[in-house]
Amino acid sequence: MQLKDTIRESQGFLNRAIVAGMLVVAAVLLLVWRMLQLQIVNHEHFTTLSRENRVKVVPVPPTRGLIYDSRGVLLAQNRPAYSLEITPEQVEDLDDVLSELGKVIEIGDEDLERFWQLKKRKRRFDSVPIRVNLSPDETAQFAVHRHRFPGVDIKAQLLRHYPHDIKTTHVLGYVGRVSQRDLEQIDASNYAGTSHIGKNGVEKTYESALHGSVGYEQIEINAAGRKVRTLEQTPPEPGVDIHLHLDIALQEVAMKAFGDNNGAIVAINPQNGGVLAFVSQPGYDPNLFVEGISRKDYDALQKDINRPLYNRALRGQYPPGSTVKPFMGLAGLEYGVIQFDSSVYCPGFFQLPGNTHRYRDWKKTGHGPMDLDAAIVQSCDVFFYKLAYDLGVDRLHEFLGQFGFGDRTGIDLTGESTGLLPSRQWKRRSRNQPWYPGETLIMGIGQGYFLTTPLQLAAATAAIANDGSYYTPHVVDYLRSRESGEITPIPPTSEQIPKSLQHNWEDVRNGMVNVVESPRGTAKRIRSKDYRIAGKTGTAQVFTVAQDEDYDEDEIDKRLRDHALFIAYAPVENPQIAIAVVVENGGHGGSTAAPIARQVIDAYLLRDQAPSEESSELQPTPAR
Amino acid sequence: MNYSPRQLGDLTPTNPNSRQGLLAVFHIDLPLLVGLLLLCGFGLIVLYSASGENLGQVERQAVRIVLAFFVMLAIAQISPGTLRRWSPSLYAIGVLMLVAVLVFGEVGKGAQRWLDLGIVRFQPSEMVKLAVPLMIAWFLAEQRLPPRWRRLLIAAVLIVIPVLLIAKQPDLGTALLVASAGIFVLFLAGISWRLIGALAVGGAAAAPVVWYLMRDYQRQRVLTFLDPENDPLGAGYHIIQSKIAIGSGGLYGKGWLNGTQSQLDFLPERHTDFIFAVLAEEFGLIGVLILLALYLFVIARGLYIATRAQDTFTRLLAGSLILEFFVYLFVNTGMVSGLLPVVGVPLPLVSYGGTSLVTLMAGFGMLMSIHTHRRLLPT
Repeated sequence: MQLKDTIRESQGFLNRAIVAGMLVVAAVLLLVWRMLQLQIVNHEHFTTLSRENRVKVVPVPPTRGLIYDSRGVLLAQNRPAYSLEITPEQVEDLDDVLSELGKVIEIGDEDLERFWQLKKRKRRFDSVPIRVNLSPDETAQFAVHRHRFPGVDIKAQLLRHYPHDIKTTHVLGYVGRVSQRDLEQIDASNYAGTSHIGKNGVEKTYESALHGSVGYEQIEINAAGRKVRTLEQTPPEPGVDIHLHLDIALQEVAMKAFGDNNGAIVAINPQNGGVLAFVSQPGYDPNLFVEGISRKDYDALQKDINRPLYNRALRGQYPPGSTVKPFMGLAGLEYGVIQFDSSVYCPGFFQLPGNTHRYRDWKKTGHGPMDLDAAIVQSCDVFFYKLAYDLGVDRLHEFLGQFGFGDRTGIDLTGESTGLLPSRQWKRRSRNQPWYPGETLIMGIGQGYFLTTPLQLAAATAAIANDGSYYTPHVVDYLRSRESGEITPIPPTSEQIPKSLQHNWEDVRNGMVNVVESPRGTAKRIRSKDYRIAGKTGTAQVFTVAQDEDYDEDEIDKRLRDHALFIAYAPVENPQIAIAVVVENGGHGGSTAAPIARQVIDAYLLRDQAPSEESSELQPTPAR
Repeated sequence: MNYSPRQLGDLTPTNPNSRQGLLAVFHIDLPLLVGLLLLCGFGLIVLYSASGENLGQVERQAVRIVLAFFVMLAIAQISPGTLRRWSPSLYAIGVLMLVAVLVFGEVGKGAQRWLDLGIVRFQPSEMVKLAVPLMIAWFLAEQRLPPRWRRLLIAAVLIVIPVLLIAKQPDLGTALLVASAGIFVLFLAGISWRLIGALAVGGAAAAPVVWYLMRDYQRQRVLTFLDPENDPLGAGYHIIQSKIAIGSGGLYGKGWLNGTQSQLDFLPERHTDFIFAVLAEEFGLIGVLILLALYLFVIARGLYIATRAQDTFTRLLAGSLILEFFVYLFVNTGMVSGLLPVVGVPLPLVSYGGTSLVTLMAGFGMLMSIHTHRRLLPT
């Protein structure tokens, strides 16, 4: 039996091996047939091609898409620029040519460094830039000597330019030369003719749309490698234009309103999450980066104590301070922990049961009896200490998480910070410590571990204005093909925060209205006669004051002064703009942050009504 | 080893008392050895031209060839029984290292293939090219052939795991080779024609459905994959230039070192994946036929060894190894001549490079071991 099986198996194998052998022979015959076809039948054809292999395929880069603001103002354009390029293959002694060239046109060390670096990455017959951004004088100067330099040529290309430079950097980002690292992440053949790629901001997020697809030309070249004629052509597909929700005039107002302060403003359209203004102060000139920033300029930017490279609106993490109070109040109402008219007596401090530590109110003498509305309007800390204590950290974490705190908003910009919404699990994980009840109190007034980004605050404020519809903030409104005019909208995405009682939301919003409208409100000074604003001030501690010390603003170094915050939306009846302002070391939210918000809201809501003196200055400057 | 098979007469494959004695002692199969040496030698001649008369490169490759032959010899000394015992562990180690590559591996040329073990850098997918046929042959040889459904299913899973891991690196060429090695074991093990037919029909029927489910850009990729000449800046450029090189070679070729396509830089990757085009340009159809004849000789000898093997495991292993070698050859030549889509597979034993060479020779070591360790049973 055993033997029989073995024999049967062996016979079966033999059959299969024969089939496999036949397959092999068939495949080899197929190959031979292919070789006959190439080498005998079409031999003449290929011989001709090989003898005249002067056909070169050259990539034709697509034109990069333009970027416009919501009113059609051009924010990113392509300008012709002239550069001096060398084709190494056509140059006999590169060092010699470089030194001769240096006598005709100024060539700096940085130019040389870039040249050798780029040369390594290119094929010998590709030209490599030695000088960029030639002035008309330099162009003329070289033209005179051109005959002495075979293989060296002036090349015109379109270079990215940002006419509103510093005003747009933190949103648009910028393009820079394609680096080795970029190459590993993109389809290299699609970038065969492209020198620049989005490095940051909208330029990076929408890179593939802005870039388009490469075209190519089959050209005939002569012995010197110069083009004789085009044989075949596939035009490139130009990049798509991008239209933002952003309003550059508003952006400008916001930046002006900041003055010398550092900080961030994010303004969002609550009805679709579109970002209307997105400012991080100070900014920097993106045009510096387009042709490779010089080391000196870069060092200066990096060492600047005001950190202009830092995108505060997107990455800055600040304690929300009292701006969290409306959210806290809503949590209390929605969980049924407090009623609208629940009253708490504020003696100026709060104590945990069985503990002597006094959690102080900002007002030493206390606010007296407080209901929710008064507590929001006057920003009473004690009321919210107690509310936070009654809610507990777990419910706080759950409720505030629904407003996007502690997580990336998902905006269409890269590098966003998550902020930090603390929880028991977080503390256990990151510090291996239990959660202490006192930390819940501190969290209840937006201090302690709790960190938010200005973007998160604006999006959350929009959700309050919007009755719980949380829209993912986004900068880009729609894409528009320049050729066909076809428009691809970026649809808003929203999530509904679960609600238990509609009037809870109205109660909290009324509290926010009274922050501005009531004579006791912390932001009463920004009251407007044209429309009503709902808001909440906040002050975020930068350093901690000891238990019995007083915080004296004037005595403290400016960098240790509190951050001023303000969140708001307007008009109350039909919210069109939600805004978050953080003024670093600005002191009180009501006095520094709120007036900035007011100016931005004014500029947005009244832009078409009363063209005042100021607003004429706000008109976008045409590109020069 | 000193046991003399002479007494058993002509059934013995080797004869220690003749001049073949040394070969028998070192478990060498002479025809295979000669075939391999000729192929490697021919390869070096072509490489000299393809590298632009770079003697250094030729020397480096020659050293690699010598090393690879030693690896082959070393493996030929291991008895098939030992190989069989090692199979599951080799397979497990191979798969674990593939996972490690995806997690810690180094990225080179846009794909993650290398594992840095401190002293040496190692490409686990190479080892898997041998481990998969070993494993599947071991697994199917455990029971009577042809395999039952359950066995087949498990075997298929055992093939698919490493193939997916390699494809993810991404290294489609190697994934294809590993998959084909595993599938050949199944084929040789005698899975029913009905099943083969059903799979073929099923695959053909599924294609339109998959096509329908794909997104536009995925479809575009498949189209470029199938017709690279649509992409003259990327893969298509290679194919256009390589077809010109082959076609202009004609019957007799342009002569050694005289291929204009190859020498003037028009042909990319000419000493690695596209070396076949250099050969075709400089030695013409005649050179191609000689090369193919050498390959066919080696493959025929391999298949012969497989049919003479004495148990299921060695039969399946030998058969699938030699057929994997054939797939190597066919995928490369098919790609270079524009018959098949572009997949990065070198021309076995001829292309410049050491990693695949060592693996291939290790495989031939196994073939020699199988052939020279046969027991003296009437077959």
